[in-house]
Formats: sequence, C-alpha cells, structure tokens
Amino acid sequence: MKPRVAFFDFGCCEGCQLQIANLEEDILKLLDIVEVVSFREVMKEHSDEYDIAFIEGSIERPMDEEALKEIRENAKILVALGACACIGGVNKLRGEWSVEEVRKEVYEIADPKDIEGNPYFDLLPNAKAADEVVKVDAYIPGCPIDRAEFGRVVTSVALGKTPKLPRYPICVECKKNENVCLFEQGKFCLGPITRAGCNSACPNHNSPCEGCRGYLDEPRLEAAKDVIEKYGFTLEEMLKAFNMFNFKKEGY
Amino acid sequence: MGNVNINLHHVTRVEGHGNIVLNATDGTIEKCQWQVPEAPRLFEAFVRGKPYHMLSHITSRICGICSIGHSLASLKATEAAMGVEISEQTELLRKLAIHAENLQSHILHVGYLVAPDLLGVGSVIPLVGSHPDEVLKIVKLHRISNEMSDLTCGRTTHPISLDVGGFTAVPTEKQLKEMKQKLVDAIPDTKDVAGVVLANAGKLPNFTRETEYIGLVHDDEYALYDGDIGSTDTGRHPVSEYLDITNEFVVPHSTAKHTRHERDSYMVGALARFNLNADKLTPIGKEVAQLFGLKPINYNPYMNNVAQVVEFADSIAVSIDIIDKLLERGVKKEEYKVKVKAGRGISGVEVPRGILFHDYTINEKGICTKANCIIPTNQNHRNIQLDMEALAPTIIDKPQNEIELTLEMLVRAYDPCISCSTHYLDIKFK
Repeated sequence: MKPRVAFFDFGCCEGCQLQIANLEEDILKLLDIVEVVSFREVMKEHSDEYDIAFIEGSIERPMDEEALKEIRENAKILVALGACACIGGVNKLRGEWSVEEVRKEVYEIADPKDIEGNPYFDLLPNAKAADEVVKVDAYIPGCPIDRAEFGRVVTSVALGKTPKLPRYPICVECKKNENVCLFEQGKFCLGPITRAGCNSACPNHNSPCEGCRGYLDEPRLEAAKDVIEKYGFTLEEMLKAFNMFNFKKEGY
Repeated sequence: MGNVNINLHHVTRVEGHGNIVLNATDGTIEKCQWQVPEAPRLFEAFVRGKPYHMLSHITSRICGICSIGHSLASLKATEAAMGVEISEQTELLRKLAIHAENLQSHILHVGYLVAPDLLGVGSVIPLVGSHPDEVLKIVKLHRISNEMSDLTCGRTTHPISLDVGGFTAVPTEKQLKEMKQKLVDAIPDTKDVAGVVLANAGKLPNFTRETEYIGLVHDDEYALYDGDIGSTDTGRHPVSEYLDITNEFVVPHSTAKHTRHERDSYMVGALARFNLNADKLTPIGKEVAQLFGLKPINYNPYMNNVAQVVEFADSIAVSIDIIDKLLERGVKKEEYKVKVKAGRGISGVEVPRGILFHDYTINEKGICTKANCIIPTNQNHRNIQLDMEALAPTIIDKPQNEIELTLEMLVRAYDPCISCSTHYLDIKFK
C-alpha cells in the first residue's frame, strides 16, 4: 500500500507548498509512490488517517501548538517543510520586541479589549520551529524549499529510510559553480556557515547567501571569523544578516 | 424549509485559512460570516531596524504566490523613499517579472483550484485521469510561467536578483529569445484552456451586486507595474493618497481592520483591473474577453475567474512585446550604485489578487523606521462578506450542499491569499 500523506500549514507564506505545485509534470511521478489524503491548499477531501505529515510554517500561538501536537499523534513520520518549520525563519524576527509591542505596532487602531483574551491574538513570546514543540523526523530546509531535494526526501521517507542532508557549506557548491566570491565583491555572504543543498542558488545570481537553509551542525566558525575580518565587515552588519532566518541562534 | 447550518472550517483550495458560517431557521438567516483565523505574521513590526537592501527580501516572504509583487512593491517604495532612479532595462525586466507572476498565479488558480468546481470534483487529482489532455496543457502553461519567473528573478518563488536600483543578474539575449518562442507556442494552448473554461462557464452563478472597483490605471498600458489609483466611482488618485482610498477601520463588534472608500466595501483584483482598463488590453486579451462576453463594468464577482483567463492571455502577448523591446535595445549587465538618503516612499503595484501598497520611512543611515503594507486580500474581505450577505437570502431554499458549494465558489472566485493579510482579520456580524 502507498503511504498516506497529509500537508499542514501554520504561520508562513505557503510558498513551500507552492513548490510542490511547481514540480509540474513530476507531481504525477510522486503520486505514483504516495497517496495524498489531505492538502487543504489544493484539495477538498480531508482525512486524519495519514502516515506522513508535512508541516509548513512556524508556530505562533498556543492554539497552533495544540494543533501540531495532535498531528504528531496521528502521524508515523513528521517532516518539517521549509525554513519556517525547520528553523523558525523570518517569523522569529519579531522576537526582538515583546508581544505587546509588536501587536501595538501592527494593530495600532484596534481597541485593546478586542485583542486581550482572544485566542487568535494570544501569541507565543516568539515564533517557534516545529521541533521546539514536537519531535521532527526529517527536515526539508530552505526558503523556499528546493524542489529536487523535496523529491529526494519524499522518496527516501516513503521507502522507510532516513533522508540525509548535506553537511558541508554553500561555498562548496558555489566554488563548483565557478562564481566570483561575493566577499571579493564587497558583499557579506553567509555561505561559509550555511548548509548546502540549494546548489548555491543566491550566489549563482550574484546575491549573497542569507542562511535560509540554516547553519551547519559543525560550522568552522574560526575560519568564518577570519573571512569576516579579512574583508572588514562590522559586527552590527553581520548580526543583522545572521538574524534574517536564524534569529539569535545560540552560538552565533 | 430553509433550515441551514453551514460551518465550513478552513475553506479548501484557497491560500490561507478562512471559514464560512451560515445559519438559518425557516429561511431566516441568523448568522452569515466570512471568518479568517490565520496566524498573525507581524511583518510591519519586524522590518523596523532593518537596512534598506534587506526589506524586499524580508517582505517577499509575506506571500509565496505573490512574492515577486511584494518584492517589486518593496523596491519601488524603498527607491521612492531614497530618491533612487532605475534604468529603462531594469523597468522592462521588472515588468516581465510581474507578468510572469500574473501568469503563474492565474493559471494555478483557474487550472488547479477553480476547474475542479466547474468539472464537479474535489481536486485536480481526479482530473489527471478524466481530463488528461487539459490537465497537461494547464501544467505546461504553469511551467512556462514559472520558467519566466526563474529567468527574470533567478528563482520561481522569493526573487533573488531583484535589487534596490537594479538587477544583480540579468538574463542573456539567447535565454530571452527561447522564452519568447515558448510564449508564442503557448498561445494555442491558452486558447484551448480558455475554451474549456468557456464550455463550463455556465456553472458560474449569475449573481451581481454593484460595488466599487479599485486598481492601478495608466495612460499607456493595462497597468500592473505602475500607475495611479483608479476607482470606478471616483476616477484617478495619486498613489501617495492611498490611505484616503483604503481607510482601514475597526468595527465595534470585530477586531478586524477593514477597508472602504466610496461605498461600504470595494473589490480589487483581475475583475477590478478589467473593469478599469479593458480598453488597454492587447488584441488577444480583447478576443478572449469577447469569447466570454465580458464587458466593463461587470458586477458579478464569480467573473473574476474569467477576468483571470483574459489577463492570462493578455500577459502572454504583453510579455512577448516586452521581450521584443529588450532584444531590440540589447540586454547587458548594468552597474548601479545606491546613495542612502532619508525619506518616506509609497508604492502601488498590481499583484495577481489586486492592488498592493507598501509604505516605508527610511532614516539617514538607510534603516527602515516605519512600515505599512496593505494587501489586496485585506481590501477584498469586506466585499466578500457583503456579497455573501446579499447572495445567501437568494439561495437559502436550495439544498445545503448546493448553498455550501455556491458560497465556497464565491470565496474562491476572489482567489484570496490569506496568509498575505499581514493584519489579522476577524469579521463577525451580530
């Protein structure tokens, strides 16, 4: 029997689900190996009986935490889809301020009594990645996800294997693609510490890596520091770039 | 008769989360609500303190489907704030990018999300078996649209090469020529897909409610990238006056921000653009509109689906024109330097679902200190609610599953992009 697959989304842009539609003709091949039983963005049918759950988005509210825990109980395998679910992504940027402060900034004209006690507005102190709430079995990183990597991970999960992600930095792919190093062009790039697997998508277009795939488990921080020193970047600039997808990540 | 209890939690085949609630006893409607329980995203709060060059990369993440439009609105607002000029080539390539997004989004909506309603199934998946030729044509058109996004932006979703002042990388002339050929070849497929929609257009309910339509207008073209704000009620207004158009407000029994201008609600999107700009369509756009008998001003919200088909055909023709212009003048990697200057900049861009505004204040260090984004779907929510209130009494005696489908199709016709709605919305009526 084909494994039954369900997709769920939380706080995000739904751009990673869109990459599945963007597989174009290849979607048909994936449908050969899995049965999609729930995918609200594209189908009306829904079932709570699934083997593999894909989670897109960050967890913003206590009510979302509860929903995710329920999905975890139903699913045999839970896969985090995209930067928001894998590492929190841009949603974590709000952590620089208190919940009260960001709500005031965005909902300035609303009457405070409409917001207080309303579960829809009951925000967690900061957005969470999926694995800050439940156990995650596999990750498909990136903002958005890489379509080819999605295909590889789904195939491997459907076959009951544990998918492996690259353990080397973007620079490896970037060098192979013969790009001129962005540091040489006076730009600050997160390639040296970011997990490869996107085929250095941004540097290929002369644009610095923003770290959307998350940092390496064992980055060579000393070497990265040397690079930063050599090219004379300020700490403030660096931290802003660090924070975009990996807000105040420990150790950085 | 007329006992209805509909509580459709999380309407499917739309981007984001929305609920339809309709309760009636003996034909009397007690509750009719369009609710949106989407998680707040709070982008306007967290772009504060970020340098100008990061703004478009952060705000593109508001929406996966209209990430190109958000990037462009962001870049235009940033450039307006700092007084940055862009080259003719940059403007042409940006226009090509916005047409790519319009193509991608419209074919996704009409082909994957709306077609199942017209053909009486729950999703596109069974159509692969029952209508393989049509599905493959839709997939092909979708792929070509995405290839054009890749070509202009470096990636299908969340553009890489769009930058303040220019492009970090540009397509080669050879790539543009190949793209043009694909677009030319796509015209017959486009007409075939339009034919399939036409053959099933009778399934779109014949419901009209007069409302105001708002979208960009331009003297020389069917406006997407640039223009003034146009209203079918009040004419032309500069984009700088957008706050007088959107008039966000909070109703006492709701925590939501709504928008209204001349009437109690207004509509944005493909139908609004068509109603304002139909005379600026290319011949192929006009031909497809005629096929459906679509004429301005059309007050049937379900016809937004048809307006998207018209715009799809039109965007193919306009894209071919833009590529011709680019090839004629030659495409080269241009150097650009941006000088930081303090100021406030406001932009309006037409994204697939309607007019989008970004408004930034940037300080003398190039840091954003204040941001406001007004998203098309936010502007449509009140119009959806009022449509539902007008439509529900006319169908209340029908079987519940039919009422449910008619209301779902109404919401879907607006092609709502709910996670885009950076403001939380909760529309409740007593």
